[in-house]
Amino acid sequence: MRAKMYEIVKAEKLTPDVIKLEIKAPQIAKKAKAGQFIMVTPTEHGERIPLTMADFSPEKGTITIAALEIGKTTKELGTLKAGDKVFSLVGPLGLPTHLHNFGNVVSIGGGIGLALMYPVVRAFRQSGNHTINIIGAKNEKLLIYEDEIKTVSDEFYVCTDDGSKGHHGFVSDVLKKMIAENKKIDLVYAVGPIIMMKVIANITKPHNIKTIVSLNPIMVDGTGMCGSCRVIISGETKFGCVDGPEFDGHAVDFDNLTARNRRYMPEEAVSLKKWQGAK
Amino acid sequence: MADEPQQPKQPKKIVPKKYPMPEQDPKERIRNFNEVPIGQEAQTAILEAQRCLQCKRGPNRKVCMDGCPVEIDIPVFIKQVQEGNFEEAIRIIRQKQNLPAVCGRVCPYENQCEGLCVVGKKNEPVGIGRLERFLADWERKEMKKGKVEVPPPTGKQVAVVGAGPAGLTVAGDLAKLGHKITIFEALQYCGGVLVYGIPEFRLPKEIVHAEVDYIRRMGVDIKNDFVVGKLETVDELMRDYDAVFVATGAGLPDWTNLKGENLNGIMSANEFLTRVNLMKAFKFPEYDTPIRAGERVVTIGGGNVAMDCARTSLRLGCKESVILYRRSDAELPARREEVHHAQQEGVRFELLAAPVEFIGDDCGNVKQVKAIRMQLGEPDASGRRRPVKIPGSEFLIDAQTVLIAIGQSPNPLVPMTTPDLKTTKEGTIAVDEEGRTSKKAVWAGGDIASGAATVILAMGDGKKAAKSMHRYLTQDQSWPAPEVFEKLSCEM
Ligand SMILES: Cc1cc2nc3c(=O)[nH]c(=O)nc-3n(C[C@H](O)[C@H](O)[C@H](O)COP(=O)(O)OP(=O)(O)OC[C@H]3O[C@@H](n4cnc5c(N)ncnc54)[C@H](O)[C@@H]3O)c2cc1C
Ligand SMILES: Cc1cc2nc3c(=O)[nH]c(=O)nc-3n(C[C@H](O)[C@H](O)[C@H](O)COP(=O)(O)OP(=O)(O)OC[C@H]3O[C@@H](n4cnc5c(N)ncnc54)[C@H](O)[C@@H]3O)c2cc1C
Ligand code: SF4
Ligand code: FES
Repeated sequence: MRAKMYEIVKAEKLTPDVIKLEIKAPQIAKKAKAGQFIMVTPTEHGERIPLTMADFSPEKGTITIAALEIGKTTKELGTLKAGDKVFSLVGPLGLPTHLHNFGNVVSIGGGIGLALMYPVVRAFRQSGNHTINIIGAKNEKLLIYEDEIKTVSDEFYVCTDDGSKGHHGFVSDVLKKMIAENKKIDLVYAVGPIIMMKVIANITKPHNIKTIVSLNPIMVDGTGMCGSCRVIISGETKFGCVDGPEFDGHAVDFDNLTARNRRYMPEEAVSLKKWQGAK
Repeated sequence: MADEPQQPKQPKKIVPKKYPMPEQDPKERIRNFNEVPIGQEAQTAILEAQRCLQCKRGPNRKVCMDGCPVEIDIPVFIKQVQEGNFEEAIRIIRQKQNLPAVCGRVCPYENQCEGLCVVGKKNEPVGIGRLERFLADWERKEMKKGKVEVPPPTGKQVAVVGAGPAGLTVAGDLAKLGHKITIFEALQYCGGVLVYGIPEFRLPKEIVHAEVDYIRRMGVDIKNDFVVGKLETVDELMRDYDAVFVATGAGLPDWTNLKGENLNGIMSANEFLTRVNLMKAFKFPEYDTPIRAGERVVTIGGGNVAMDCARTSLRLGCKESVILYRRSDAELPARREEVHHAQQEGVRFELLAAPVEFIGDDCGNVKQVKAIRMQLGEPDASGRRRPVKIPGSEFLIDAQTVLIAIGQSPNPLVPMTTPDLKTTKEGTIAVDEEGRTSKKAVWAGGDIASGAATVILAMGDGKKAAKSMHRYLTQDQSWPAPEVFEKLSCEM
């Protein structure tokens, strides 16, 4: 058998429920591109889960992930400290974000999606785009990666559901307003809760604004051998892990994705309860 | 006369049947994941070996060895078992076979060595597979696990991509010749299908880990969590290695493409088996990966993979496990032993029936399979009679889980990321008879080159390639002309 191999060099809580981990993985760091993810298995008994890389540094030989602690595995990651190790780490997986000088790119992120959004908007900017970034969360305290995203923004908007910071309301409100004001938009990029991505796609569709979304189907291997991650794109079955995770938002069957992500809800509850009991 | 053994020492009376293999009782075993056949005692193995006639091969006389894709010296090792020299017997096997504990369990010996066994003409053949298994298990229990001796280093470095049976064979064979081997494997454990596909009750994972450990003890370096094509391409590997062997298998699940296939509860055999075997979901919640079977599981397909799915479902606690297969019993592609075990365990075979649609409930969960009865028509290209739908014969089966086990295709990642590697229409890598590809210094073998086949054929490919690679590394660096592969890639 094998030992745990990948060392955490830095662990930090971004909010009470979001852990940011910087992990030593020099080879992955060298190859990683914006939009790609890794599969991490915290312990030998653990589950393989996909997490998008929130950052990667070939110089330091590290990658950074940020996880919203919603279930057993992510909560377990939330307990890790610098010096701890994880059992398995595979990447970089999935297709990188398609980069090109599109012109005006509006990127929209919500919740944990903000961590995933950061390297993507950075790359959009490096490709010469005018980057307009709209970020949102339930309240001010849950806004993560705000400063980082700001540094790669040409225009920057903040929204909170409770109005504790920036626009009081949803990220989609800001987008709607831009469209109503006839702002030139060449591409919309959205990452966050499924419902948010669906709403954004529905807004841009009538205006024919190309919209890319980053999907989060349940995965097992993350390398294309099982089909757990299948999503329906224009009526066709695709594998989220190898054909994605980014897809044309106007072609995605979001309702099917929502239903498929509920597949193991009873078991997830059992797993969480057992873990919390043991703690 | 030619069929009789030459110069038998004395005419001996052959025990007509194999000595029985003790097995877990079907009623008991469907409640656990322990291995079904328990294994034989040393005394039984000696008696079984004594059924062997020690035949000699001849130009017109095929014996057991001729049926073995890796050419184990079968009569020679059996002779040692007859005399109780187990250590010598396993040494003889190991000369040709790097995974004896695996092959002694999952090889289709009935069509190979045992199919040609001379005793088998009038009686049951010698239980060669059982003897192989016995010896490998004996070795694992009795012999100490030191470093395995290999010759001094040749200075040549070889990269093996994929740690399934084909990759492990090449690694073992070339390490034995003194080359420095590094295996790159995408998953967290080595073994390929042996760890993620074939269930624990047929092939305990501890055994696969022990076989891999043996290869590691030969000085082979294994890098897990390494997806070639993502972390490094074959071209990048070639900067550091003198030769590359690609053995990435056929891991891409095939689908029915019928309406409703993306409903919850419908999954590929690969997803189901990977969750259960690789991720150990059968021990949920001790292990974190979930799996659910429900009351009735319908498995579509009739091969080994389908049998594994149906039998695993029973062990996960479903009330009824049904196999839906479009041809008849005679055409079931699974090994007979697997079909027999499935029947013993109470798997229901719904033969001559094929799915037409999957029907879901309001929450997006599958609830029924709509199927249609079939009859056998004219033989098709494969020689098997083609199944034809009987109009109007549709029927419904309730199901909470549907497993699609209708085949696997070659993994596309390495061919996709290696521009000058020629592939066939089926997506397999085009290789010549030595396993050489259109790219100089790159070989391929196992399911990625042949399409989904068997463990031993993958190992046979590995043996051939290893021989060719050794020649390339030590003497002759010539390579077939590009036209050879042009031809191979259109022919197939
Ligand atoms: C490509 C991709 C990138 C992702 N990136 C991030 C990220 O950067 N940060 C982050 O916090 N989350 C990310 N996710 C989601 C993350 O993988 C899940 O939240 C995590 O697996 C939940 O595991 P759990 O055991 O903590 O929770 P559970 O209680 O097991 O599950 C909670 C919910 O998470 C989803 N989920 C469960 N298991 C899996 C699985 N194996 N694969 C995918 N989803 C699953 C299900 O919808 C489930 O209802 C990403 C998902 C994908 C597919
Ligand atoms: C459920 C099931 C039951 C079976 N039962 C039997 C049986 O009873 N008897 C029998 O003889 N045969 C059986 N088979 C068939 C047999 O297992 C295969 O033919 C055999 O394993 C093929 O060996 P291989 O080395 O070519 O590939 P595999 O065993 O598929 O191994 C390929 C390896 O390559 C790795 N890999 C893939 N892509 C990459 C990449 N890009 N980078 C790094 N690594 C990669 C994979 O993770 C895997 O470990 C069964 C198959 C299945 C699925
Ligand atoms: S195993 Fe069968 S074929 Fe082989 S030598 Fe013995 S009797 Fe002959
Ligand atoms: S996660 Fe298995 S194929 Fe995508």
